[in-house]
Amino acid sequence: MVQVTYIEPDGQRLTLEVPAPSSVMRGAMDAGVSGIEAQCGGNCACATCHCYVEPEWLDKLPAPSEDERLMLENVAAERRANSRLSCQLIVTPALEGLVVQFPDRQS
Amino acid sequence: MDAQAPIVIVGAGQAGMQIADSLRQEGYGGQVLLIGEEPHPPYQRPPLSKKWLTEPGSDHALSLRGPEALSRRGIVLKLNARVQAIDRLASELQLADGERLPYSRLALATGSLPRELTVPGARLQGVLSLRSISDSRSVGAAVRRCALEQRALVVIGGGFIGLEVAASARKLGAEVTVLEGLPRLMSRVTAPIVSEAFERVHRAHGVELVFGAQIAELLGHEGSVRAVRCADGREYPAGAVVVGIGVVPDDALAAAAGLACERGILVDDCARSSDPAIVAAGDCTARRRSDGRVLRLESVHNAIEQGQSAAAALMGRERPFRSTPWFWSDQYDIKLQMVGLSHGYDEVVTRGDLQQPAFSAFYFRAGRLLAVDSLSRIQDHMQAKRLLDAGVSPTAQQAQDPAFDLRSLLPAAKTATADGA
Repeated sequence: MVQVTYIEPDGQRLTLEVPAPSSVMRGAMDAGVSGIEAQCGGNCACATCHCYVEPEWLDKLPAPSEDERLMLENVAAERRANSRLSCQLIVTPALEGLVVQFPDRQS
Repeated sequence: MDAQAPIVIVGAGQAGMQIADSLRQEGYGGQVLLIGEEPHPPYQRPPLSKKWLTEPGSDHALSLRGPEALSRRGIVLKLNARVQAIDRLASELQLADGERLPYSRLALATGSLPRELTVPGARLQGVLSLRSISDSRSVGAAVRRCALEQRALVVIGGGFIGLEVAASARKLGAEVTVLEGLPRLMSRVTAPIVSEAFERVHRAHGVELVFGAQIAELLGHEGSVRAVRCADGREYPAGAVVVGIGVVPDDALAAAAGLACERGILVDDCARSSDPAIVAAGDCTARRRSDGRVLRLESVHNAIEQGQSAAAALMGRERPFRSTPWFWSDQYDIKLQMVGLSHGYDEVVTRGDLQQPAFSAFYFRAGRLLAVDSLSRIQDHMQAKRLLDAGVSPTAQQAQDPAFDLRSLLPAAKTATADGA
């Protein structure tokens, strides 16, 4: 289990134990975190699981694939330098303490 | 009506789960009861013909929300329960086991059922369809057996489900024959140029494609299917048969209760049925749009959109269908993403590389963009979605010009934020 903190669009923080390996999206959907839709269920096909990764974690994550990068260019909410698709972020013990925030809109 | 009774949602699939979630987002504080026929908590169906077929994982990998999400939101799940009738006068549901459940308001999200083959032999062992987790397990096992025994898998129907099963079966090493009644693949939803690209890809992966195939009979040996015979007399040997000839909306419960149905439970743009206390969402519906046309969509996106509308309607609010419909399919390494409805198009242009294939087909009517099918062209899909949502149309010339930046047509503010990242 890896501890991940989710910040909902209204600022509420939820710290959850997410099983590894699993995705940051999966953890949010399982617990019913607000601010994520994940319409395609984790296939990198819809960009509705967009999140902002707390800057200090950015370097610890593998770089986005070409597909993810192309999806990120067209997310519904503001795209920032720390934008990622949470379905593509695999939870590993190295990410213990990860913090991500969901934007105000996904579609 | 008992105002203290729960809002009851019949059907625990994508649409039912969405209604329950959205009710909380709409601020509903009363009881929510979600009733499902299957033994599984709400799960995703799209992977059942794709990745989950070749690499079945735990049921949990498919789940839409975990038990924690349901308890946090106060959603009560009742599984293995079959609703037999709606008593609208008493505002009660009658369950197959005799139990009666009162409701204050009701949501129907009963989904759809695979269309059945009606030829002789259709009930032989090894003739399968694909809808549920257990169907997917059966199809996976049958495909593996075909691969092992070196028998062919025959897929009846060259639509999304049939082709996804064909691609998965090739991956598992089975010989595959696809029998399609019409002259091309996915003909209901795509232009010939897209069908042809998929034809080439499936043939390159060793799938035998047969067009214009009229199924006459399934032939068996000791109760198990062994071949499919077509009307022209040709026989196709089969270790198993997967039938993927579309779905029919499951509107039986609604129709029996006297709700207006027209190949699906008739709803308006806000997911309201002909009974003010009852809403419906997802595959089971037929939506009458403001222009009077009745539209049936079978997709995750439709379930989510209508689910959100249905929850708002249960709260007495109007939240019409909002975003442009979209769909996706995975076949081999091609990511097919479709946005908009191409029906009635008079012009198609392409952008990208047709041979690879990595291109998009842009459908126009009278010069206005209707829809875009993208094959491994994520950027086109995402940009087209934004254009269609914004009601902005490129010209056909712009669409087929790879040097033209489609995003330049979007309202300035949005483009600036996207580029400013």
